[in-house]
Amino acid sequence: MEILNRTKQPKIFSINNVTLIKPSDYTLDNGIKCFAFSAGTQDLIKIQFAFYAGSSHQKKALSAFSANKLLTEGTTKFSSEEIANKVDYYGSYIELMAEKDMAYVSLYTLNKHIKSTLPLLEDIIKNSIFPEHELTIFLKNQKQEFITNSEKVNFIARAKFNEFIFGSEHPYGANAILSDFDKIKSSDLKSFHKANYHANNCFIVLAGSVNQEIIKTLNCSFGGTDWKLKTVQSSIKIPAIKTNEAKNYLIKKEKAVQSSVRIGKVLFNKTTKDYHGLQVLNTLFGGYFGSRLMMNIREDKGYTYGIGSAIISLHQSGYFFITSEVGVDVCSKAIEEIYKELKKIRTEKVKLSELTTVKNYMTGSFLRSIDGPFALAERFTSIYEYGLDYEYYENLFQTIKTITPTKITELAEQYLNENSMFELVVGNKK
Amino acid sequence: MIKFDRFILKNGLTVIVHSDFSTPLVAVNVLYDVGARDEHPDRTGFAHLFEHLMFGGSVNIPRFDEPLENVGGENNAFTSSDITNYYITIPRVNLETAFWLESDRMLSLAFSKKSLDVQRNVVSQEFNQVYLNQPYGDLWLLLKPLAYKVHPYQWNTIGKSLDHIRQAKMKDVKAFFKKYYCPSNAILVVAGNVTTPDVKKLTQKWFEPIPSGKKHKRDLPVEPKQTKERKKTVYRNVPYDVIYKAYHTCARTDPEFYTNDLISDLLSNGKSSRLYQSLVKKKKLFSEVNAYLSGDIDKGLFIVTGKLLKGVSMKDAELSIDTELQKICKKKVDKDELQKVKNKIESTLIFSELSVLNKAMNLASAELIGNAEDVNTEIEHYLTVTPEMIQEQAQLVFKKTNCSTLYYLSKNNQ
Repeated sequence: MEILNRTKQPKIFSINNVTLIKPSDYTLDNGIKCFAFSAGTQDLIKIQFAFYAGSSHQKKALSAFSANKLLTEGTTKFSSEEIANKVDYYGSYIELMAEKDMAYVSLYTLNKHIKSTLPLLEDIIKNSIFPEHELTIFLKNQKQEFITNSEKVNFIARAKFNEFIFGSEHPYGANAILSDFDKIKSSDLKSFHKANYHANNCFIVLAGSVNQEIIKTLNCSFGGTDWKLKTVQSSIKIPAIKTNEAKNYLIKKEKAVQSSVRIGKVLFNKTTKDYHGLQVLNTLFGGYFGSRLMMNIREDKGYTYGIGSAIISLHQSGYFFITSEVGVDVCSKAIEEIYKELKKIRTEKVKLSELTTVKNYMTGSFLRSIDGPFALAERFTSIYEYGLDYEYYENLFQTIKTITPTKITELAEQYLNENSMFELVVGNKK
Repeated sequence: MIKFDRFILKNGLTVIVHSDFSTPLVAVNVLYDVGARDEHPDRTGFAHLFEHLMFGGSVNIPRFDEPLENVGGENNAFTSSDITNYYITIPRVNLETAFWLESDRMLSLAFSKKSLDVQRNVVSQEFNQVYLNQPYGDLWLLLKPLAYKVHPYQWNTIGKSLDHIRQAKMKDVKAFFKKYYCPSNAILVVAGNVTTPDVKKLTQKWFEPIPSGKKHKRDLPVEPKQTKERKKTVYRNVPYDVIYKAYHTCARTDPEFYTNDLISDLLSNGKSSRLYQSLVKKKKLFSEVNAYLSGDIDKGLFIVTGKLLKGVSMKDAELSIDTELQKICKKKVDKDELQKVKNKIESTLIFSELSVLNKAMNLASAELIGNAEDVNTEIEHYLTVTPEMIQEQAQLVFKKTNCSTLYYLSKNNQ
C-alpha cells in the first residue's frame, strides 16, 4: 500500500487552452447591437444597457453620476415610490452604475416575471424626468456621504492621486467638490439624459436564461425609433493630461493612525500592444497575495494589512498605481521598501520558477473570470466598449503562457522606473 | 434545489458533495466549529488571529498560498462570532492540491515564531485600519458590550483590546489548535465539477488518516433577559450623528428566525421598504437607514440604525424610528406587502445558487446548525410566515426594555 507523502504536492496539471464562450448577437430594428450569453443553471436573467455616458461626457460636475442614479426616481408614468414598489414586488433589482467612461443600467429578474419587469426598465431608461424634489433629497444624502468619506485617508488618496497625475481639468483627474452639490439642477440632468441616454449611444448584453422570446420582447420595447437621437450633439473636447510638477506630496491628517500611500503614473489603455505584458508584470509585482509587494511589506515586515498594485484602462488613457494603508510610524520605511521593490524588478531578472507561479495563478484567475453567464457578459462588455474583439483574450492567454523573464525586465525598465513615479501620502509620515 | 451527498469519515469529519458541471471549477470549503464566542474573556481575538496563522505554514507544507497559486487556485477565510470558515476555488484538474493543503493544516500547523510575530502585527494593522482609523470605526466595539453583559457575544471577533493579541503566547496558540481544529469539529464541503466517488477517494486518502480529536462541548453562559432599557452616548470626531438600536431576538435555529428576517426586509430591504420611504424620503430625517439581523447562532440581535441628516435632533430621529416600529406592532401587514418581501427572498435564494462557492458555504453553515438539507427547505419556512406571526414577533422584539441604544454623536455639532 502506498504510504501517504504529505511533503510532496500532488501532480500539477497545466491548463493549456481555454474555451471562450462567445455571445449570440442580434441587431434590434433601430440598429442597437445586442449580445446574449445563454448559460448557467438558473431561470433568471440580467439585462444590461451600456451607455457611453460616464463623467468624461459631462459638461457640469455630478451630471453623469446623478443622471444615472436618478433614473429610478420618477418617470412620466410613475413616481419614485411606485417604481420602487413594482421593482421590489417582483423580487427584481435595478443596478445603476456611472463611471468615468460608461454608465450602466441593468435589470436582474427571474424569467417568470420578465413580462412585468422589462416594461419598468423601458420606462426608466426612456421616460425619466428627474423630479426636483427627488434631486434635492438625493443631493443632501450624497453630500453627507461625501463629507464623511472626506475624512477617510484612502478616499482622499484615491481622489487626489488621480487629480495629481491627470490634472484637475481632465475628466480622469476631476473630482467633485462640496459646492458642486449645490449647483446641479434637474434641468442639467434632463439635458444630460437627452444627450446621452438614447438608442444611438448604447449596446445591450443579456446573461442567464436567454431565449428568442426574450429577444423579441426586448425588440418591442427598445427597437423603435422613438428614442433615437434626432440631432447629434458635438462631443466634448477632452483637455490634455497635466501631471503635477512635484514628484511627491503629503496631505497631513492629524490624529491619523494610518497613512494611505499611492505611488504611480499615467500609462496607457488595453488597446496598446504592451498591455498584456504589463498585466503579467503587475500581477507579479503587486497583483496577488504572493506578489513582491505583499511578500515583503505585509508578510515579511508586517507594515500593513494590505498592499497591492494595479493597471487601470480607460477609454482615453490609463494608469498604474501601488496602494497601501500603513501605520504612520512605519510609513517612511514602507515607502522605502516600495521603491526598493520597484528598482529590483527592473534591475534583477525574474526567476523562471516565480514567473511560472504567476502564470499558473493568472490562468486560474482567467478561468474564474469566464465562469458563469454574468462573468462572461462582463468580459465581453469590457472589450466591446473599446471596439476590441475576442482576439484580445486570445492574446492575453498567449502572453500569459509565453512571456519570458527577459521581457518582464524589459517592460519594467521601460514603464515602471521608480524615478518616473508620483508619490502621494495622506495621513502622516514619520 | 441543491442536490448533494453526505458521508462521515471514520474520524468524524462530515463531508458533503454537490455536483455542478456547468463550471470547470471546484469550491472546497472547510468550516471549523469555533468562533469568537468560544474565546476566554481574557484572551479574545484568538479565533481571528488563528485564522491568520492558518496561512503561516502547516507541519509538512511551509507555505500555503504559493502551491495553491501555482495551480491557479484562490483562497480566503473569515471569522465570525460563531465560526471560522476557509475556502478555496480551484480548477478541477488540480483539485487534489486543495485536499493536500487543507488536510495538512487540519493535521497540524507549523507553529513558527516568525509567523506568530508577523501575523500579530498584521492583525494590529487590521485593528487600526478597520476600527480606529475610520470614522465610526469603533461603533461595534461599543455596541456589543452594551447589549451583552454575560454571553461572549459581548466582544467582537477582532478582540476586546489589541493587548490580548499582543500578549498571545505560542502555548496558548497550540492549545487552541488542539481543542478546535480537528476532524470531529469540522465540516468539509466540495461543490462544482466533481462526483461523489471522486471526492470519497480524495477524502479517504487525505483526511481520514487525521486523528479525530474530540468534538468540543459548548457550555456558554446564557445572557440573562434584559429587563431595562439601556442607553450609551459617545462623542467622536465624526461629521454626523448616528443611532444604533439593538434588540434581543431569537437564535438562528429558532423557528421565529424567518419571521424576524421578513420583518427586517419589510423595514429596510429595497427602496420601497418602510424605513427608507418614511424616514429618508418623506420625513427627510436620515440620509440612510437600515434594519437587519445579526444572524448569530445563539440568541442574536435585531439592529435598527440610521445616519442623521445634519441639523436633525436625535430626539426627533429616535422618535421617528420608534413610530415606525410601533406601526408594525400595531397594524397587521397587508397581503401584498408580505408577498413582496417573500418574492424578494425567493429571488435572492435563486440568484445565490449561481455561484458554486456560495452554494458550498450555504451547505456548510446549514449542516452546522442543523442539516444541510435545510438549504432546500428554507424557502418554505419563509413562505409560511403569516401577518399574525409578523405582528406577534414585532411586539415581542420591539420593546423598550429589550433595547440597547448607542448614540454616536459628532463632537463638531455640540
